[in-house]
Amino acid sequence: MALYTRSPQAPGATREVAPLRRRVFLETLGNSLFILPALVLFALFSLYPLVRTVALSVTEWNGLSPTVKFVGAANFVAAFQDAVFWRGMFNALLFALVALTVMNGLGLLLALLVDNPRIKGAGFYRSIYYIPPIMSPAVVAVLWKWIYHPYSGTLNKLLRAVGLDSMAKAWLSLPETALWAVSAATVWQGVGSPFLLYLAGLQSIPTDVREAAVIDGANSRQALFYVTLPLLAPVAVRVSILTILGAFQLFAVILIMTGGGPGYATEVPMLTIYREAFDYQRFGYSTALSLILGVLLLLLSFVQTRLAARFGGGD
Amino acid sequence: MYHASRWRLALNQAFLITWAIVSLLPLIWMFSASLQTNQEIYAGLKLIPTAPQWSNYSQAWSMSDFGTYFMNSLFYTVATVVGTILISSMAAFGFAWLKIPGKEIFYYAFLFLLMMPIPGQFVPLFLVLVKLGLADTRLGYVLVLINSSLAVSIFLLRGYMESVPKALEEAARIDGASTLMLYWRIMMPLCRPALATITIFTALSAWNELVLALIIFSDRSKLPVQAGLMIFQGTYLTRFDLMMAATTIATIPVILMYVVAQRSIIKSVMAGAVKG
Repeated sequence: MALYTRSPQAPGATREVAPLRRRVFLETLGNSLFILPALVLFALFSLYPLVRTVALSVTEWNGLSPTVKFVGAANFVAAFQDAVFWRGMFNALLFALVALTVMNGLGLLLALLVDNPRIKGAGFYRSIYYIPPIMSPAVVAVLWKWIYHPYSGTLNKLLRAVGLDSMAKAWLSLPETALWAVSAATVWQGVGSPFLLYLAGLQSIPTDVREAAVIDGANSRQALFYVTLPLLAPVAVRVSILTILGAFQLFAVILIMTGGGPGYATEVPMLTIYREAFDYQRFGYSTALSLILGVLLLLLSFVQTRLAARFGGGD
Repeated sequence: MYHASRWRLALNQAFLITWAIVSLLPLIWMFSASLQTNQEIYAGLKLIPTAPQWSNYSQAWSMSDFGTYFMNSLFYTVATVVGTILISSMAAFGFAWLKIPGKEIFYYAFLFLLMMPIPGQFVPLFLVLVKLGLADTRLGYVLVLINSSLAVSIFLLRGYMESVPKALEEAARIDGASTLMLYWRIMMPLCRPALATITIFTALSAWNELVLALIIFSDRSKLPVQAGLMIFQGTYLTRFDLMMAATTIATIPVILMYVVAQRSIIKSVMAGAVKG
């Protein structure tokens, strides 16, 4: 504690020069202690893993052996020919497309409706719609796995109840339905997020801007398409980035619902990365895949941010 | 400003209500199934159980160590929240108020990694923990969880602390307050709203975490509730009564947190949208 107390002695008194310098040093040291714990954790668990990913990506290593073999670009060459990895990337792209259109579209629509001052219970909808997003992926996965269960699941029972017996199927075990079924579960959980972000965006548009458009003779549809939606463009870009990042990093839900199956019908990149490291002990290859995915996502965010600057920044 | 006719307004309202039902129905099914017998679940599509089977809960709790997993999760969540609050508030205080050479570089390095997508980070993370002797330890798991909440918390708290007028520091200093007192007695109480937000978001993400736990722990008795749920559904494949009871148990803390802090959760998510 004494380290931090200021001496009542006025700084700069001639006799105090040497102790003063010492005191400044000690004070700086004491100050640094405040950020030290954060820096240590950051260095160990954020910075080092990043550096290690890059370093390991050019090696062949089983995670145990004392020797790490340098293989240059071999992992990357192998990665580009890895059918499983690219199947996962393709599936992730499908998840992303469904999320970008259905999930974000629904989110935007709900936000526009809730934003209408004549709609009652806006606060209620806001609270309800954000319940699924706070659920854990494990809970969502187990719950939906049951909903899709061929005999006990509610979905097939609902279908049979309305006479659509022929449509009832083993949703998660069929290659042609598994991906869409998982996708529906993630959309169900996800809609609340774009909804809230769009709603925030709508509420940040001053009402007089929209009122001015109406006074100038725009009907409500014109006001929507020429005033409100263009002003939402920056939010839309942000929401899309988050959506794509989320879709390409889907993992826990898939792990529980399908494990990537049937076959590789719901394989995703994270699952491939996980399996390569922890099931096949190919840490070098696994980190190379991480790096490829990471760089792709970074590029994508970058391009979208530039797009945002072009459409959202100017007039 | 909206010239929607009355029936169109009613249609909009109906659509909003429909989605509210869609949002809630799976959770209601879950709770309803948790109170039915397995035969009932298989037999029909019932929302209200004939005789509520509360024993499903005690069975789910004791089977497959689910109770242990639940208590583990409570511990991890509390430890992560306390650690995150302490470490991030200290760092934010340092970044906002103290003279530390080179602090801006560190701060921007933080932010940079915060923005950067690092998929599959769990692989090198596992290797660091092995190297530090922290693999398969509760401490290792909690430290990793703290680290993952750190950047956002520091960002939030720094902004908050910087909005405190400098005159306050001068006044405190004149009254003889040490740096430590300035941090603990003056800054921390002023930051209470931000600390509440951080607490709730950190608690939610710690409680809901699954992947890191699967990677870090090989000793089953240390697993958190989410991993327990995964094991449960893999072991009792067809016992949907018990499975839904376990799922409900794992969800109750989340719902409780939401009921208590719903306002601040929604406000923070919305604020993030406009500023970011």
